[in-house]
Amino acid sequence: MKILTAPRMERCIGCHSCSLACAREVHQRLSWDTAGIRIHSSGGLSTGFEAITCLACLPAPCALACPTGAYSQRKGGGVIVRKKLCIRCGACAAACPVDAVYLDPEGEPFVCLHCGKCVPFCPHDCLEMKESEAKPASAGSAPEAATEAVL
Amino acid sequence: MIRDYFRVLKVDLASGRGQVVTLEGRDQVAGGSGLAALIYQKFGKPAAPWDDPEQPLIFAIGPLTGYFPLMSKTVLGFKSPYHDQYAESHAGGRSAVALRFADLDALVISGKAARPSFLSVGSRHLEVQDAHYLWGMEVQAVGKYLRRKQRGSGHRSILRIGPAGEQGSAMACINVDTYRHFGRLGGGGAMGAKNLKAIVIQGDGNFPLPEDRGYAKLFAEVHQQLTQTKMMQKYHNLGTPINMAVLNDIQALPIRNLKETSAPDIAGITGERFAEDTLLRNMACSGCPVGCIHLGFVRERFHADHRYYFRQVSYDHEPIFAVGAMLGVTDCFQVLDLIDVTEKMGLDVMSAGVALAWAAEATEKGVISEKETIMPLTFGNAKNFETALRHLGHGTNDFFRLLAQGAGKAAAHYGGQDYACVLGQEMGGYATGEVFFVSQALGFRHSHLDSGGYSYDQKHEDRDVDQALNFLVKDEEGRVLLTSMVSCLFAREVYKEELLADCLKSLGYETLAGQLPELSRRVQKLRWQTRLATGFNPASISIPKRFTEVTTWKGKVDGDFLTELKNAYGQHILKLAQEGA
Repeated sequence: MKILTAPRMERCIGCHSCSLACAREVHQRLSWDTAGIRIHSSGGLSTGFEAITCLACLPAPCALACPTGAYSQRKGGGVIVRKKLCIRCGACAAACPVDAVYLDPEGEPFVCLHCGKCVPFCPHDCLEMKESEAKPASAGSAPEAATEAVL
Repeated sequence: MIRDYFRVLKVDLASGRGQVVTLEGRDQVAGGSGLAALIYQKFGKPAAPWDDPEQPLIFAIGPLTGYFPLMSKTVLGFKSPYHDQYAESHAGGRSAVALRFADLDALVISGKAARPSFLSVGSRHLEVQDAHYLWGMEVQAVGKYLRRKQRGSGHRSILRIGPAGEQGSAMACINVDTYRHFGRLGGGGAMGAKNLKAIVIQGDGNFPLPEDRGYAKLFAEVHQQLTQTKMMQKYHNLGTPINMAVLNDIQALPIRNLKETSAPDIAGITGERFAEDTLLRNMACSGCPVGCIHLGFVRERFHADHRYYFRQVSYDHEPIFAVGAMLGVTDCFQVLDLIDVTEKMGLDVMSAGVALAWAAEATEKGVISEKETIMPLTFGNAKNFETALRHLGHGTNDFFRLLAQGAGKAAAHYGGQDYACVLGQEMGGYATGEVFFVSQALGFRHSHLDSGGYSYDQKHEDRDVDQALNFLVKDEEGRVLLTSMVSCLFAREVYKEELLADCLKSLGYETLAGQLPELSRRVQKLRWQTRLATGFNPASISIPKRFTEVTTWKGKVDGDFLTELKNAYGQHILKLAQEGA
């Protein structure tokens, strides 16, 4: 399965087109927060930008932490999200080692679904959908779920 | 948020408290330029001076801000220290999108803080905090402190002033996110008069979008037009500095205080030269995939042992013309050095450069001397201009304090008014001819962006007053529509009236979409009426003799045509203002 990667962030101009596209296309929101990819300046504007996004862990600590099954393991890394099952506990965000889960003011989590909808909106080709090379880690496992991304 | 009214946060710096105000008028004025004028009429003090504590600083966005690409500008409406009249200045960076996500159609700041302060606002907070420790600090340093102190990296906008703004300089800018500015007409001075060193806008809200797919589909189409076609290439490739060589070739570049309009040494500071020798990278305003911001680098050796530091400096045509061509500085790294100092001081680089160009010629002619300028100012001496910019920013002596109020004011005192290159304020980088000179002299913002006079000059050899007047009025009308949405003017070839209407409809602004021609004429009149109420009189604007001595590829400027067009445009402005009352 393919995952979203950001291999060319040194080209980023900080336009936020990717975040806005994710919020718009995936979550039907106008936002640069409620998105699976978020752009921050890395140590001030003079030093460029970094993308905060899911690294497609396998197993995914956020899925392991989720007490209700709202987050489940996605094949190839990352998670499948069922918003209807979410109780807004924030455990996913706390478990993520790279701060990829954004909690909105009401506690609703937003994370990359590796759908690739942001990719064509990047004017400098910073982003790329790549075949996952992740191999399941030996320790720990998360419940395997459907392959379709569900919101 | 999509709404048929305006949600305005009005902050009183004296009490440190604010009030959310709901204003009607979305279908009448849209936002941006229209909203700023509407708010000034409601909260402004037309008869009081610019530094009256109750004068508002109005930061306004429009109905399309953040919803479509290149809808990325904020309009600042304020009473200007430059001419003590209502004025507008525009900036991008993250300011517009941050205001959108702070859930504000406008941020209005009035009152004066008891001590140096900074304001922090967001969708869920408002704080006025002590900033005495930032007072006196240069622009970049303030940004770094606030960056550490405040949360929300990448999703906020930091507006701040430098020493020039603290001095109440009429050519002090408000720096936005390091590389953008509310540059012209002294917005920084107006902020300094309020004891307000900085404003941090946290864009921490989010909003639902229309449920049908029409909006997202239209967005994708507009995005594609802006990124896949060649239409925007000139802005992100060489950027606006491409004009340097073009204008030099057609004898239309102001050089050495407009004594010349073309010179061989300009080859050292063309857009091509900057791109090849200094360009480090590009940046973008939030919500704009074009990335027109060009950052050059300056490397400085500070030790014999090959020890260097480097700085990143944003460049454009206007700064290069102002502190390069106008000052006879024709080495691109020296130009970047000069731009960098204006950034530190928080000066409007265009006014600062053109004012120093006047000072250099006045020195040549013996009108002023080192007694005033502290060190000799001669064309091409970049080091001395660098020091002079610091004196101008800090207001070191009477001369520099007066010069910081405008080259025209200094010339009125010391002499040399004939060659003070002032068209309402210090000139923009186009010596294209009569139509541009009139367009800036009488334009609403006294900016090269009020209408495309420079472009008209390049396409028309005839000197037809009616035709030129019609162009100026119509072009301004079209631009007012864009600055009420609020679009970057670089997108003017994409956002034609029909597309703007489609964009508005996709968000549910049906009524607004159906009356755009009426709306732009209404806002045009409203702005002029607001300006005139604060004392503007077109007849009081004079165009210095130097502009009639200019020779372009069309030949010598026609003084009669210039005067006739200026009078006709002035009369028309009075008519527009009357209709707006």
